[in-house]
Order: sequence, then structure tokens, then C-alpha cells
Amino acid sequence: MAQKVELAWSLPPHLPGDGDTTLKVMTDVLIALAPATIAGIVFFGVYSAAVVVVSMLTAAIVEALYLRRSFTPRGLIGDGSPLVAGLLLALVVPPSLPLPLVALGSAVAMLVGKHFFGGIGRNIFNPALLGRAFLFVVWPRQMATWTPPLDGTTTATPLGGGEASYLDMFLGTIPGSLGETSALLLLIGAAYLFYRGRIGWRIPASFIAGIVIFAPIFGGDILFHLLAGGVVIGAFYMATDMVTSPVQPTGQILFGLGCGIATMVIRELAGLPEGVMYAILLMNALVPLLDRFFRVKTLGEA
Amino acid sequence: MNPPDIGLFSLFFASIFTSNILLANFLGMCSFVAISKDMKSSNGLGLAVTVVLTITAAVNWIILHHVLIPLDLLYLRFIIFIIVIAAMVQILEMIIDRVSQKLYITLGIFLPLITVNCAILGVSLFVEIRDYGFTQTLVYGFGSGLGWWIAIMALSAIRKKTERTKTVPAGLQGSGLTMITIGLMAMAFIGFQGMLAVQ
Repeated sequence: MAQKVELAWSLPPHLPGDGDTTLKVMTDVLIALAPATIAGIVFFGVYSAAVVVVSMLTAAIVEALYLRRSFTPRGLIGDGSPLVAGLLLALVVPPSLPLPLVALGSAVAMLVGKHFFGGIGRNIFNPALLGRAFLFVVWPRQMATWTPPLDGTTTATPLGGGEASYLDMFLGTIPGSLGETSALLLLIGAAYLFYRGRIGWRIPASFIAGIVIFAPIFGGDILFHLLAGGVVIGAFYMATDMVTSPVQPTGQILFGLGCGIATMVIRELAGLPEGVMYAILLMNALVPLLDRFFRVKTLGEA
Repeated sequence: MNPPDIGLFSLFFASIFTSNILLANFLGMCSFVAISKDMKSSNGLGLAVTVVLTITAAVNWIILHHVLIPLDLLYLRFIIFIIVIAAMVQILEMIIDRVSQKLYITLGIFLPLITVNCAILGVSLFVEIRDYGFTQTLVYGFGSGLGWWIAIMALSAIRKKTERTKTVPAGLQGSGLTMITIGLMAMAFIGFQGMLAVQ
């Protein structure tokens, strides 16, 4: 009787597996985002905790439903990627956003952004950013209502014309979305990701370089533009997404530069106060093209 | 009539990105969807559109300002523009056939198809509505062509990637996912909205 032989099959390059699973990578990202999330909840109050929970839970449920997994904790966590996408979405929406909108945005992110394109590793656009862009198109007013931390009144974000000092912006005690505000804690998380080898230096560095070069051209303040809005979370957590960024070093640098430049162009010239989200989505759309222009040289290729 | 006061550089940038003829104005969709299946054809068509767009925008501007407006025949502009586009495409086809056989073969059927590409007529009409000067028209036509080219290349690279994906839901494979992708690309381009550069 012929016995079925299971052969190990993988695409070259055959890198030695060091035991990394999606779940491990995603756990690291969750750990890295934890300080900023907790600080955001402290700053903005209990309601923002509900936003985080609803967003993560919806993403997990949608994924479990789509993949027909059980609703046990194990089935809901899956490979961890819905939790990361849900958390990232919660971090980039206004902390006072009505919960049904949060859930809808999270569901769109998972379903349209990820599973329509074939699931994990196949998506073209960053799901969390797509969810936010979707919410922004449909509910522009709710998506532009910012509450300052430790206070109940609505004000403009620094990018929307509000006032803030560099220190406030660095520490995060300014109005803004949950995870966009505290540059310090996000950088600590990013340092952890970098230490664990989960993100490369090229994309964040060239993203920031794009802003540093182009801010003075538009007459903007470099430090302000680096600290304000979503640059830190965008450059270190969103643009570096392994799936939606180029694989080859030159492509990565061009990708980062493009993100930075587009961010500055949108901030200074367009009608919107914040451009990081659209800049990254825009460059996401160009990634397959960049990957075709700058391919990893295969062994033996001239 | 005075041309609007727009710097040439910002007009160029705007016509490529902020008011991308495809993803902001949704002109030239049919060939965008149909041709983007194949990267090589996309590249050829993008090149052809850019060349034709630049030339026809300029020629139509000359006809508009030196024939139609002086003779008070503005109501004929649609039909005249289309005739000019068709004629320019024919002439261009003959020239390319004579000068570079290689390019002629690369462009193939796409060159005549450009005649019915609404992006081309759209640009000529935008030029009329927005009262561009001659240099502005040239820059706008060229920029719009480049914008179209970049957009179709990006889409066709995305399609190449998604086509290899076996896990795309069965009902969405092919044109379904393409339509969704175009929608999402347009959503990403919304970021540039409100840049008042084009008129």
C-alpha cells in the first residue's frame, strides 16, 4: 500500500525557521502598544477603554466568523492578528467615537481590508488604516471630534489649530486620538519591537527623513510635525506592517520617503489637518509596483 | 478671459495626485479596468495615453481659442474635440508606425482604443471649463497622463498579486476584487481633497 509522504515545501529563500509564529510576532506588537494604550486610557477615561475593547473584540469575532473558528478564547485570538488590527484601529480614532461606529469600522477593516483580499499576509492595504479611512468618509463629523485628556470639553488638535507645547506633545497630554498623542510611550514600544527584530529601521527612518526634509520646504516646524498627530504611530507601527510594505531595502526606503512627503503635502496643502493615514494608504497601493521594480536578487541572478 | 493663477509646478503635482484623472475624477475607467490585467499592456497604454493626452490637450486648446471662440462656435466643441482626438491618434499611429516599429507593436490595439478613452476628452473639456492658458494646458495634459499611467501601473501590480492568491472569496475573484481595490485606492486619494490647485 502506497504511503502518503508529507514533503516540506516552501518558496525560496529557505530561511531557517527560528520558531517565529504569527502569534509570537503579534504578541510582541501588542506588548509594544500596551504602554501607550494604558496611558491613553488613563488620559482619556473609561470610555476610551470601551473603544479599545469593542474594536478588538469586533475584529476577533469577525475573523472567527469568517474563518468559521469557534468562539472560545483560543478561536477568538487565533493568530493574534485581528487583535492587533483592532487595537491599532482603536488607537487612531477619536477616543469619544460612538461604539457602534467603532465596531463597524473594525468589521470593515477585517472583512474588506483583509479577508476580501485573501486573508492574512495577502492584504494590500493596512486594515486598521482602511477602517479609519472608511469611518472618515462616512462619518466625517464624528471622526473630527476630539476631547482633550483629563477634561470634558471639545477642542481642536494641535494640527487642527489648537495650542500645545513640545513637551505636552511628547508626553501625550494633548487632544488627539488614543494612541497618537504620546510620542514617548510609542517610541518605547517601538524600541522594544526593534530590539525583538520585528521592525526594520529603513521605513521609519526614511518616513521621518521625508518629513524632516519637506517640513521646512512648506515653512513648517520640523519638531512640531514629527510630534503632532500620527507620525510616530504611523512610522513605527503602521508603515512597518510586514505585509503592506516593500520587501527590498531600496523599495522600503522609497516607500518611507513617499509616506513622509505625502504626509507633509496633505498637512500643508490639503483640506485635511492630518495626512499620515492617507499617506500610508496611498503608498500601500504602490507597494506591489515597488516590489516589482526592486526585487530581491535571487541566488545566481546576474 | 484670463487663465487662473496657478503655478505650473503645483498644477503638475495636482494633476498627477490631487485631482488624478482616474481616482479623483473617475475618467478613463473602462480601459483602466480592462487593461490592468496585464502589466506590460498597462505600461504601453499608460505611455500612449500620456503622449496623446499632452498633444490633444494642446491642439484642442489652439482650436478652442483660435477657431471656436472667435467664430462663436462653442456649441460644436464636443464634436470638434472628438474629431481632433481621433485625427491626432491616427496621425500619431502613422508616425509611430514609420519611426519605431517596436513601439508600434508594443502599443498595438491600444493606440486606436485611446480615441474612445473618456479621460482624453475629459481633459480637453476641463481645460475649456477652467480657462487654462496654453502652458498650463500642456502641463495639465502631461500631468494627467502621468497620473493615469501611475494609477494603472499600481492597479495592475496589485491585480498581479491578488490573482495569485487562492484564498480570495470565490465570488470576488477577478473583476469583483478589482472594483473593490479601485474603490479603496480612490479612498486613499481622498486625502488630497481640498487642495485647491486645479482651478
